[in-house]
Amino acid sequence: MSLDKLKQIITDVLKDVDVVIGYKQGFDPLHATPCFVTKPEQVDEISWSPLCVQNLASFLPSLKKKVGVVVKGCDSRTIVQYMQEGLIDRTKVVVIGIPCTGVVSVKKVLDKVKHEPIEEVKFGNDGTVTVKTPSGETKMTLSEVSPDKCETCLYPTPVVFDHLADEPITSTKDPQSVFKDVEEFDKKSLEEKKAYWEKEFDRCIRCYACRNACPMCICQDSCIAESREPHWISQKASLTEKIMFHMIHALHLAGRCVECGECERVCPMGIPVNKLKKKINSDMKTLFGYEPGVKPEDKPPMYTFNVEEKNIEEHKL
Amino acid sequence: MSEVDPKELRIVGFLCNWCSYGGADTAGVSRFKQPTDLRIIRVPCSGRVDPLFIIKALLNGADGVLVSGCHPRDCHYSDGNFYARRRLEMLKRLLPFLGIDDKRFHYTWISASEGQRWQQTVTDFTRQIHRLGPLHSDKEAQP
Repeated sequence: MSLDKLKQIITDVLKDVDVVIGYKQGFDPLHATPCFVTKPEQVDEISWSPLCVQNLASFLPSLKKKVGVVVKGCDSRTIVQYMQEGLIDRTKVVVIGIPCTGVVSVKKVLDKVKHEPIEEVKFGNDGTVTVKTPSGETKMTLSEVSPDKCETCLYPTPVVFDHLADEPITSTKDPQSVFKDVEEFDKKSLEEKKAYWEKEFDRCIRCYACRNACPMCICQDSCIAESREPHWISQKASLTEKIMFHMIHALHLAGRCVECGECERVCPMGIPVNKLKKKINSDMKTLFGYEPGVKPEDKPPMYTFNVEEKNIEEHKL
Repeated sequence: MSEVDPKELRIVGFLCNWCSYGGADTAGVSRFKQPTDLRIIRVPCSGRVDPLFIIKALLNGADGVLVSGCHPRDCHYSDGNFYARRRLEMLKRLLPFLGIDDKRFHYTWISASEGQRWQQTVTDFTRQIHRLGPLHSDKEAQP
């Protein structure tokens, strides 16, 4: 995609919005960081590459101004979900969509180059990534360092946009394969699954980064994980409390999680937090035929009901 | 009760004030014999039952959780149990994913006049939990 076209669009959009949120290079060549453009001369800072991993749509509910925002396909689902829940005024948001061919997982790249300082990162047109460190160049393919969410991505082109910075891309992924990993996991025995989650959640340090980065965690400072009244979880560093926190996060996102993968990306302990939400999403699909963040006119399944539920049968003892 | 295991387990019941709590009362007034493992928590409506209540109970020492409300279309607040049905079904499908047997959680609809049905549900559910045994080992169980 040509960066010039993106910059041109941002310059145009900037004329009738207060701020445009895009990406710029962060503290080293491997990290991108959000960039708030308010003046035309700042447009030159804007960059775009598979390193632009953050979900910029997360800023929208807290901004009262008229905003332009740069989104990838996965991030655009956040905007649709905000629209479904009435959290943003669509007339105050200008969406600049970028058809995305996949991003990188910074953690995976750093593991490949053994956490050496990064001097340069180059992306080839054939899907290769070349990372230069003091000890030499390392070549890798984009698919081996991309996060798990990219492997089953069905929406490379944003589902909602006002301007598109490149030709739309259609997904080549099989829609049936999206929930394959959770179905595979669900086939394990109860003991295995229990042991798996206990091992994973035991690493949790309760930094709440997953919650803070989550675009759909809109309670922010009123989160029940930190309230004393009601006192849902205590300060005790026990496994029970850790699991309880992750259950709060997962269940408050039931039928709302757009699987942008921010929770997993920011987790300092590498806990597969997205797996729980994916499982609930797969149930939402089978029970109510609902997929979060796809159609603005849909209603999240937990916000509504049918008098006769087609797919829910009464359970017998 | 003679037919269930003499060692008592912890079962938590969330009953809606208008139907199921009344149903349990009817069963009591009619002197139907019931197992004593169930500890009842009265809630205004089954729609008040947050799935997190159930998770919290199961994580903190309960061996089973029963939720009961008015029959669909009979809710005192007209649509509380419709929301509850969706949430509880979602939870029922999530529990096995976490490694908790979904037989430890049951949700049903019982009206205030169905004392007999209440007795049957409690007896069957208690028996089911006894068949599964305690969820926590003595060491990790928190009172």
